[in-house]
Amino acid sequence: MSTTTELNIGHDVHHDEHHDHKQSFISKYIFSTDHKMIAKQYLVTGIFWGIIGVLMSVLFRVQLGFPGANLEWLRPVLGGWLTEAGKIDPEFYLALVTMHGTIMVFFVLTAGLSGTFSNYLIPLQIGARDMASGFMNMLSYWFFFISSIVMLSSIFIESGPAAGGWTVYPPLSALPQAIQGSQLGMTLWLVAMVFFIVSILLGGINYITTVINLRTEGMTFTRLPLTIWSFFLTAVIGLLSFPVLFAAALLLVFDRSFGTSFYLSDIYIGGEALPNMGGSPILYQHLFWFLGHPEVYIVLLPALGITSEIIATNSRKPIFGYRAMIGSMLGITVLSFVVWAHHMFVSGLNPFLGSVFMFLTLIIAVPSAVKVFNYITTLWKGNIIFTPATLFSIGLVSFFISGGLTGIFLGNSVIDIQLHDTYFVVAHFHLVMGSLSIFGLLAGIYHWFPKMFGRMMDAKLGHIHFWMTFIGVYLIFFPMHYIGIAGFPRRYYSWTNFDAFSGYTDLNMFVSIAAFVTVAAQFIFLFNFFYSMYRGKKAPQNPWNSNTLEWTAPIEPGHGNWVGEIPKVYRWPYDYSKPGAKDDFIPQHVPLSTTPESNLPHEQELAKQEQLNTSAHAKTTES
Amino acid sequence: MFNLAIVLGVVLLLAILFLIFRISSLISVAKGGDSGKVDKGSNRINGAMFMIFLVVMGFLFFWYSFKDFENYNLPVASEHGSEYEFMFWVTMAVTGVIFVLTQILLFYFSWKYQYKEDSRALFYPENNKLEVIWTFVPAIVLAILVFTGWRVWTDVTAPAPENTNNIEIMGYQFAWAVRYPGVDGELGNSDYRVVDATNAFGIDFSDKAAYDDFIPREMHIPVGEPVTFNIRARDVLHSVFAPHFRLKMDAVPGMPTSFTFTATKTTEQMREELNDPDFNYEIACTEICGKGHFSMKLTMVVDETEDYLKWYAEQESFLKRNPEYLANVPADLKELAMMKTGIDNKELEKQN
Repeated sequence: MSTTTELNIGHDVHHDEHHDHKQSFISKYIFSTDHKMIAKQYLVTGIFWGIIGVLMSVLFRVQLGFPGANLEWLRPVLGGWLTEAGKIDPEFYLALVTMHGTIMVFFVLTAGLSGTFSNYLIPLQIGARDMASGFMNMLSYWFFFISSIVMLSSIFIESGPAAGGWTVYPPLSALPQAIQGSQLGMTLWLVAMVFFIVSILLGGINYITTVINLRTEGMTFTRLPLTIWSFFLTAVIGLLSFPVLFAAALLLVFDRSFGTSFYLSDIYIGGEALPNMGGSPILYQHLFWFLGHPEVYIVLLPALGITSEIIATNSRKPIFGYRAMIGSMLGITVLSFVVWAHHMFVSGLNPFLGSVFMFLTLIIAVPSAVKVFNYITTLWKGNIIFTPATLFSIGLVSFFISGGLTGIFLGNSVIDIQLHDTYFVVAHFHLVMGSLSIFGLLAGIYHWFPKMFGRMMDAKLGHIHFWMTFIGVYLIFFPMHYIGIAGFPRRYYSWTNFDAFSGYTDLNMFVSIAAFVTVAAQFIFLFNFFYSMYRGKKAPQNPWNSNTLEWTAPIEPGHGNWVGEIPKVYRWPYDYSKPGAKDDFIPQHVPLSTTPESNLPHEQELAKQEQLNTSAHAKTTES
Repeated sequence: MFNLAIVLGVVLLLAILFLIFRISSLISVAKGGDSGKVDKGSNRINGAMFMIFLVVMGFLFFWYSFKDFENYNLPVASEHGSEYEFMFWVTMAVTGVIFVLTQILLFYFSWKYQYKEDSRALFYPENNKLEVIWTFVPAIVLAILVFTGWRVWTDVTAPAPENTNNIEIMGYQFAWAVRYPGVDGELGNSDYRVVDATNAFGIDFSDKAAYDDFIPREMHIPVGEPVTFNIRARDVLHSVFAPHFRLKMDAVPGMPTSFTFTATKTTEQMREELNDPDFNYEIACTEICGKGHFSMKLTMVVDETEDYLKWYAEQESFLKRNPEYLANVPADLKELAMMKTGIDNKELEKQN
């Protein structure tokens, strides 16, 4: 068996060398300006971070589900982070939840998701040879890489990484004497985030410019696949909100290192009164959530775009309400900027402001509801093929419903009084933001793997992976609603100090076991991913019979994507199962004039126009 | 040795799994593969799985929600708490119906419209009437929820009435401290710059109202009367959370906050209701504040009014307990301070 492996790899390498003989290893795999390679770099880095972030959650689930467990055998890895009794140190516990949040939200679901699929799909689906600026795109990845290195190194320093929650609220994050994690770890967190923001901005500018300027002939905005719409709007949100986080971080750096008082006032800590006066911790919360809430949609929208494309393709039906889908995404984009203070209902905010934000927050539920109904109607009377990507997309819609509805509780300021910072919130955002976006990411990987690596992933393993993950995610996060309604606060190392929170040890144990099984299932995916990259079945030209342009490019597209001319676009991307057509799909580059049997009345007109144009074009070239 | 056995076992298991995978994929290659064709067998299984998932998970959801109701539904002990409960359960009913319906449709359609070779999907790209319906129906439902919620919210956050019982509650790493206004009913000023080990609140003794303030060992509040928590923090953010009272408000250094409520059940009454003689109302911290975040507990006793007044009258003021702080009182107010706190000169002399 091993000899065949070597032979195959040897063959591939040889083949690649022959194909791209002009590129050196460094310019092809490391400092590449090709959007496809950069996307793969993002993907692999994202998977690496995903493994770290998920393993961290395993550690704190051990503490929450099995508080008596002895982890002495992990001492070689964790060292001083274990107490004498072999348990996780309470401060290390906080560092774990903080880093889990930071890693999953920013490094996996922002960079890993947008970075991979915006980079990979934008040029291929709009018909462009590459991004508007390949160099900036490369810079974007390498800033992300530097950020990753800095963040990763903070895990290994003696005082530990940041530990004030992923929101790093000051004064806790500003005062090194308040918690160990606010020493060097917090400095590294801030430095890493600054690099991260630079990376996001460089990437975002590129995505926006490319979508606006580099669409191929005929690819109007109303013919863009919903994936591209979602990436485009995500980049717009990121471009407008991340600079505000930059400002928040900068002021925090000033407070920490240069003695300013932006966020600090009236503090007595460690036996001394600090000189800072007049600052406001609430200011930080406003700045942070001005990014923090749009950030939710930055991780959500790409997943929703990917799902729209996959559900339409595999139910062999046009996405229902294409314009309504775009409209609701636009609505979400705009509204995402005016709901941030619903994270602050009990922060001491003026109650009137609370009322305003409650109203705005519940409005954003409307476009989300429209999207759900449109997904369900797309499945209705379809002819659904359950590829792993389809399964993950349907699972995503299920999470969108479950997690979206609990948002109606939390967006209502009265109900939020009790549920704020309890496990109800944890359940809510892990379903609607965490699991949903992860499912979008996984669906995207299964769907576009053949394009990325020219080989197919194993479908059976994909099915097993899906069912274990889907059931697992529900078994992990659904019980948390009950725990949250019972009032259990989040970020608690242990609840046994309180009579009110001393129950549910059984349910917490159950959740932890579900988490371990679900994490184990991810190794099936990892195996499938890396194994199929080298030994998977060779992919056909258009494995899912899809309409979008990327499937017209060579199976393993080189630099520049298409050999010869870039295809022109004549129709929207969702002509699936069109009455009268021979096949149940008509790709975007097929002219209307060649499909008179399936054209709708208004398309007949367009087809005539098309013919006139071509003959006029022919005449001008003749003369 | 034992560890080695575990490692070997895991390696063996993985090897077996890998072999099964290889064999099954070789078999599928031998069968001619499924390139270009839909694998009907696995498609059927996946479709059926969605229905099984729906039924099993739906059953678990209803069964556990009813079975465990008593456990997750904390008893209510405040006036606005019942309004909160009403709002919560109305929202639960509305979202519950939508939840069940949409999940059923999603999984049922997935199963029902799975791939069939001889069938073709319906080309159904849009229907503006439907879009308008499912834009406006949710909008109206949400508007109703918002307005009901907004009315309760304005009630809960309304300014405290004149006759409220002001109590100061301060969070610090990692405990809560409470201060009562004493006989004059007015909390004295405080200043974080005069905080020390004993004067944890930083009571400012140039304020006359501070002389009779007391800091009790145990926290008490009266039942049936409005109580206002004047909340602040000394070092980092904390958050006062009293789950039975449906009460939560952040404690912010440099920005005092408050929460007014009326307790409806005394500790005794709650003990009887729950049949638990050890029951106590607890206050927890719900804003991450450092290593001891999970241990910031404060128990609170809710008394009948007469018991409360009796307890209140028995408390000695901070200044009386710590007469050395008389030195911080401005000279012209010293006499007043001694009068208000009931310290006489003899006691002082004894001290000196």
